[in-house]
Amino acid sequence: MSATPKSVAPARPEATDYLTVETSIRSWLLPTDHKRIGLLFLCATTAMLVLGGLLAMTMRLELLTPESDLVDPLTYDRLFTLHGVIMVWLFMIPAIPSGFGNFFVPLMLGAREIAFPRLNLASFWIYVLGGAIVLGGLVAGGADTGWTFYPPYSTSSSPTAVVPILIGVFVLGISSTITGLNFIVTVHALRVRGLTWLRMPLFVWSIYATSIILVLATPVLAMALALIAIDAAFGFGIFDPALGGDPILYQHLFWFYSHPAVYIMVLPAMGVISELISTYSRKPVFGYHFVAFSSLAIAVLGFLVWGHHLFVSGQSLYAGLVFSFLSYFVAIPSAIKVFNWTATLYKGSITYHTPMLYAFGFIGLFTIGGLTGLFLAALGIDVHVTDTYFVVAHFHYIMVGGTIMAYLGGMHYWWPKMTGRMYPEGWARLSALVIFLGFNLTFFPQFILGYLGMPRRYHAYPEEFQVLNVLSTAGASVLAAGYLMPMIYFIWSLRYGKIAPANPWGATGLEWKTASPPPLHNFDETPVVTHEAYDYTTVMGEEIEVG
Amino acid sequence: MSGVSSDLLAALGRAARRLLFLPPQGSTSAVAIDRLHVLEISVMTTLALAIAIATVAFVWRFHRSRRPGRTPRIVAPRWLEIVVYGGILSFFLAIWWIGVRQYLRFGEAPAGALEVYVTAKQWMWKFGYPDGLTSAGVLYVPAGRPVKLLLTSRDVIHSFYVPDFRIKRDALPGRYTGIWFEALGPGRHDVLCAEMCGTGHSRMRAEVRVLTPRDFEAWRTGGAASRDASRATMVERGRATAIRHGCLQCHTLDGTPATGPTWQGLFGRPVELADGRTLRADEAYLTRSMMDPAAEVVHGFAPIMPSYRGQLAPSETAALVELIKSLRERSNLGGERP
Repeated sequence: MSATPKSVAPARPEATDYLTVETSIRSWLLPTDHKRIGLLFLCATTAMLVLGGLLAMTMRLELLTPESDLVDPLTYDRLFTLHGVIMVWLFMIPAIPSGFGNFFVPLMLGAREIAFPRLNLASFWIYVLGGAIVLGGLVAGGADTGWTFYPPYSTSSSPTAVVPILIGVFVLGISSTITGLNFIVTVHALRVRGLTWLRMPLFVWSIYATSIILVLATPVLAMALALIAIDAAFGFGIFDPALGGDPILYQHLFWFYSHPAVYIMVLPAMGVISELISTYSRKPVFGYHFVAFSSLAIAVLGFLVWGHHLFVSGQSLYAGLVFSFLSYFVAIPSAIKVFNWTATLYKGSITYHTPMLYAFGFIGLFTIGGLTGLFLAALGIDVHVTDTYFVVAHFHYIMVGGTIMAYLGGMHYWWPKMTGRMYPEGWARLSALVIFLGFNLTFFPQFILGYLGMPRRYHAYPEEFQVLNVLSTAGASVLAAGYLMPMIYFIWSLRYGKIAPANPWGATGLEWKTASPPPLHNFDETPVVTHEAYDYTTVMGEEIEVG
Repeated sequence: MSGVSSDLLAALGRAARRLLFLPPQGSTSAVAIDRLHVLEISVMTTLALAIAIATVAFVWRFHRSRRPGRTPRIVAPRWLEIVVYGGILSFFLAIWWIGVRQYLRFGEAPAGALEVYVTAKQWMWKFGYPDGLTSAGVLYVPAGRPVKLLLTSRDVIHSFYVPDFRIKRDALPGRYTGIWFEALGPGRHDVLCAEMCGTGHSRMRAEVRVLTPRDFEAWRTGGAASRDASRATMVERGRATAIRHGCLQCHTLDGTPATGPTWQGLFGRPVELADGRTLRADEAYLTRSMMDPAAEVVHGFAPIMPSYRGQLAPSETAALVELIKSLRERSNLGGERP
């Protein structure tokens, strides 16, 4: 993509960028600028990542020994429930769309703002409200049901207060629906002149596909949560067989949202990876159309596979066959992306900047996560490994290996644009390596544990599983150290990092055509797009020494 | 010669199983599922390695220090992408088909299977045999004979999991679900709960004791077995339950027409419903008819039966089902009764 006016923004007085244009506390708490809202989301979701990570670390320490010794069983059950709730709804779902999406979608479209700035601000504060209710529920005793809230356990048997957590998640759903709506309208209405649909960056495509899922699936979750909260609070028995209800109905409703939600979490990550691969191999993404439409294919097919979570629940045999069949189809668009990213490298001009290391990490880990999904889609094998650590390992390879890798990759890639400062390249590469090794040490043993038969959500386990659990806990410690490093050097770089130029990576996206950090209304002169995305044949950005 | 090669194969198989950390194989389905698992591991590892090698090779060959400057724009012909992804999809569908055949096999127990009623509750497993034997925490089964489990729960959802058999099935309150296995040889295997059911979830364990057919007979006819206090078979208890709950006011046991459908010859028969559907009268249907009778009314009968939800204990439901099963006609009798 190229903008005709200028490839590099003119030198400008520093005081006019979006960070310094207004500095009152009020201007930071109630901004309507999409970039500031994006930053607020990034700060809030990162805090939630830290909290969810601490909960996970406590669980890993408990699992060092087969006995229950560090925390009591009920506390352990609360830990994994809140770890799931926080990581899914407070970190993974909002982090990339509401964080990077808010900041960069308008920039990539050449727009001055997002379609509904005030609604966007409301989305942030609704997120804060939902998060506060969930954390309030944590203080009030927390839930012990797992993030899936299966009845009748959650409605009639759990000794904990499940309802506040349900209300909190319900409120968070409102926030993500609004954000999704905002992106859909923005992409349709605010593309700059010359930016046709098939010239849009792949990150925008993936955010668009994600938004469709957010708007269509979240209401179903809201409904399921409302019904189960009514059940739990007033004993209506909608899902309680003792009162004439049907617990399997809840599982259908829950997974009708929560399977598409997996793609809400991973599609934006895939969008980030497309940007990174293209930039650091200085080539357009191979098979742009296939990659773009595979995002939409995932969004559509993702709605048709929820029943593969119910293969052992007693749903009809034939439903099982169909859901298994469709699950293989949804794997194809993901395979397209992985193969096309790899093919993009061919005859490129590749560098090993930190974001590219994260992109490689993503491809490796997502490939393992995706391929193990095919084990789970095979009905016979699923019967054996569902609800075991095999599943835990599988979705952590997708969620942590995929989404968090992309989140960190994106953070490094866009850090210069967002803050105007470079991060220290050497430390960043080291931390990327530590995170990759720590991640594999944590989660690979869990595949073996799962096939050996260790069920998930166990605070105590048969002794033969101890060695693998110790390895996993050791890996979690390495992973924690890896996550700590970026937090330190990013904060350090805000003051001491090198001043970032407008386009440090020589990338082609419109976000690199404006100053770092961008002015309040993004572009001094509205760009016009005359080329397809990732057009490296006509534009070569300036290059700077990093490292 | 063939003996040597089969020994060699067996040794190789053991080595491979140790290398891949496969748990012991305790049942016929474990063998089949491990085979698919190993096939998937081989193909998926090849695919993953291909991607990894290509990435490393490209990154090495096309590093910016070797290729500064402009890059070509490469567009693959559309047919190539379609062939590649079509090929991958056909491989996926082949795996799907193998998985489907295994799953269908799980669903339908072979004729002559020993039936055992499994009742889960927080946090223990209880096993009941048709001839009235019960056992808490230990499931005794004979080797080499199919065993069909009929699972239900008294409180929340549990999941019956025997890793060595590679089987798992949720136990739901108010319904029966089924699964079956055939144990390969005598031994003991862990039973674990695989669905979060409260603070005792991790400790909700039981064991399967596989006996030789002769030992199993010995256990059944006395030995260490604990019988129900009444020492009645499940069919006898079913009859008592039917009288106690007034079932026989509307249903008959001998085919005589009455207010409700007769139970004679009902089990295993196709049943035509008032809404036009036809269902097979299996354990799940019979249980649903007791708990939610209005949902599936038999054609020609008035929807007047009250729900027995909350009134019938799981053991009573199981006994009624056994009673109805005992009234099958000879023509649809699945096989030898245990």
